[in-house]
Amino acid sequence: MDEITSVFVTESREQLEAMEAALLQLEDQPTDADILGAVFRAAHTIKGGAGVIECQFLVAFTHVVESALDKLRNGEIAANADLIALLLACSDHMGHLIGVLESGAAAPDDGLRADGDALLARLQRDWLSAEGAQDATPPVAAPDEALESSGGGAVETDCWHISLRFGPDVLKNGMDPLSFLRYLGTLGRIERLETLADAMPPADEMDPEACYLGFEISFASSADKAAIEQVFDFVRDECVLHILPPRSKLADYIQLMMALPEDNMRLGEILVRIGALTQAELDEGLRAQSAGSENAEEDAVPAPLGEILVEQRVVQPELVEAAVVKQKQVTDKKAAEARLIRIQADKLDRLIDLVGELVIAGAGVNLLASRAGHADLTEATSIVSRLVESIRDSALQLRMVQIGETFNRFNRVVRDVSKELGKDIELVISGGETELDKSVVEKIGDPLMHLVRNAIDHGIEAPEVRVERSKPPRGRLELNAYHDSGSIVIEIVDDGGGLNREKIARKAVERGLIQPGHTLSDQEVYALIFEAGFSTVDQVSNLSGRGVGMDVVKRNIQSLRGRVEVDSHEGRGTRFSIRLPLTLAIIDGFLVDAGSAGYVIPLDMVVECMELEAGGGERNYLNLRGEVLPFIRLRELFEIPGEPPRRENVVVVKSAGQKAGIVVDQLLGEFQTVIKPLGHLFRNLRGIGGSTILGSGEVALILDVQALVQIAARDEERSLSYSPGGRSGVAG
Amino acid sequence: MSKQSRAATSAQRLSIVEDMTIYHAADQKQILVEALAGCEELELDLSAVSEIDTAGFQLLVLIKREAARLGKRAGIVAHSPAVSEVVDFFNMAAHFGDPMLVPAQEAR
Repeated sequence: MDEITSVFVTESREQLEAMEAALLQLEDQPTDADILGAVFRAAHTIKGGAGVIECQFLVAFTHVVESALDKLRNGEIAANADLIALLLACSDHMGHLIGVLESGAAAPDDGLRADGDALLARLQRDWLSAEGAQDATPPVAAPDEALESSGGGAVETDCWHISLRFGPDVLKNGMDPLSFLRYLGTLGRIERLETLADAMPPADEMDPEACYLGFEISFASSADKAAIEQVFDFVRDECVLHILPPRSKLADYIQLMMALPEDNMRLGEILVRIGALTQAELDEGLRAQSAGSENAEEDAVPAPLGEILVEQRVVQPELVEAAVVKQKQVTDKKAAEARLIRIQADKLDRLIDLVGELVIAGAGVNLLASRAGHADLTEATSIVSRLVESIRDSALQLRMVQIGETFNRFNRVVRDVSKELGKDIELVISGGETELDKSVVEKIGDPLMHLVRNAIDHGIEAPEVRVERSKPPRGRLELNAYHDSGSIVIEIVDDGGGLNREKIARKAVERGLIQPGHTLSDQEVYALIFEAGFSTVDQVSNLSGRGVGMDVVKRNIQSLRGRVEVDSHEGRGTRFSIRLPLTLAIIDGFLVDAGSAGYVIPLDMVVECMELEAGGGERNYLNLRGEVLPFIRLRELFEIPGEPPRRENVVVVKSAGQKAGIVVDQLLGEFQTVIKPLGHLFRNLRGIGGSTILGSGEVALILDVQALVQIAARDEERSLSYSPGGRSGVAG
Repeated sequence: MSKQSRAATSAQRLSIVEDMTIYHAADQKQILVEALAGCEELELDLSAVSEIDTAGFQLLVLIKREAARLGKRAGIVAHSPAVSEVVDFFNMAAHFGDPMLVPAQEAR
């Protein structure tokens, strides 16, 4: 796929998203002119782009959709649920067609084409033909019927005359005049075309990547002026375009010739050659011109074409004004685009990698400087490390995107799925501005989709059932995101029936996941739904309930170093919380030391540090200001040999609202940590999240605080259940 | 990239085998201009050009004009379908004056 096509595909996808969002809004406000305009613009831009890259099947389809949208915009037809559903289906189909283009196929396969034809037929039948629209036929079909009757070549003045001079940068900007002209050919018939290469300098000065061509075209079409102008929308700023309507006055042609850079005689010849003028007409015009030239000398400043045309009463003033406004809009849009730069994701990754190396190298320099004890050097390195820190933050910021876009996709999903199931569900989105790493956003879409569909399908009950249970008939689904101590939390909350504890437990026994009679906490029971092949739904719908899924959701989330939790109240609803690390590359760490090795704890999770009171004995919990704080000793956990030092320290960490202590030998302070993933060998290691390289070149392990907190909490629970008196012993 | 074979001292044949698109325009301009400088009559074999865009077409215009200016000849002796389609589209076949093989079955 060449570059233009891939840019087109990306941009069209964005346009489609915008179109879909606007269509969904339209359901609530069917007459809002801004929204209607937005839908139309999106379709129009896609069609324009498709024309430029010569993607005929997309142009043909989009054209009809655009016609319908145009009518909608002009108030000729009114939007209702049917039309919006149809337009949504059309926008989906356009997405499929773009997919076809992306796959490099020349045309959609038969199935897809049949779908498209069916949609178009519905649009035609229900919305276009009923209103007697004639411009709704695809552009390819339109021109052939017209103007054939004139015999012996079209009557000269029945053709539009288009005069085009492309600017030098057109080719460099990836736009080929050839494509525009070919696209023009779809609006009508190019009767004659003359190529002018007069602007091309001698060979030595000629830049092979610049465009020097101009064209004089005689064009037979039933399209209107705006439609012809639109063909050249994409190069509007970079070409000189003059369009003379059929049956223009001779004087207009003369004016045109004056306005063009080439010599009058040569232009005259060309106009005659392409049949715009007859030789007699030309002679007459030039005679009149030269006769009046003495008078004309004085006001020789060439008036803009618009004014000329208005003067000649060829065009209504409003029309020109509209064109000017339009041009301005195009320029404004370009300016807005200029503030955004598209870059390849791997370039960004490379930058992050380099910044990571810089952080490591910087740590080495810091270490040497502090060893050397040279005050100036230490100061200089501290400035450098502050800068490195800022660079790191900005570099990571580049990868951060808001999750709102991902959330907004679910508007459509909720609408479609709830309609299909005959449920009435309101989607409430909050925290859409929460940012997280782009790579995480990309991968979280599928698990989220699954959870949302599950919630709609199994969670929220049908309206009748809801009324019976004295709930409002309209169900509520919430998507929420927020930051919490170095992670992002995404919640999917429904107010449906909740999970049935008994049913899950029974099923789990059936499947041999748990032993009968085994008592489990609610949390543990709910967590069973993430086991492979587990589904409690009695009937399998086509949405979910096949028992594949929840385990995949869990695996996907775990592969992002995240966790998923479920909390449920029967009859009141279910809450899924997905907790993900903010970034995958560099974190602020807290360096500690146990035995001879260094360990890094993510700084966001550190609450406080304190000295471990001597004589704590074998108990693995301590009294933190009247609170029970379970802790684990790194020395014990990792079986580090040797005697612990006389004074040990506790780092209090917090994860997912749970606190725990980690007992270490020494606290070494903050440390910028570049996360290096561990190899596959260590994949199943609990308690270690990764590794990093210290300034000295030594390797330090990054502790997986979540896992450690769980281990600590579980150990404590176990010891409590063995010795029921344990808790009171601590409290006292 | 392109083969040159000297048939006679005056006529030289140049085959272009790559696409004549903007990506190759700079190189091809160089080749064309140099080839023309080294001979009296340049024969262009474009039968292997599978794709040509406006930039490639401009080069053809340039080399034709350059030849005329220097009193030399530059002719296209073989068109690929893509080349003849574009030359036709721009309505320059007559201007170029090269013999074009019209396929028995016209596409349109």
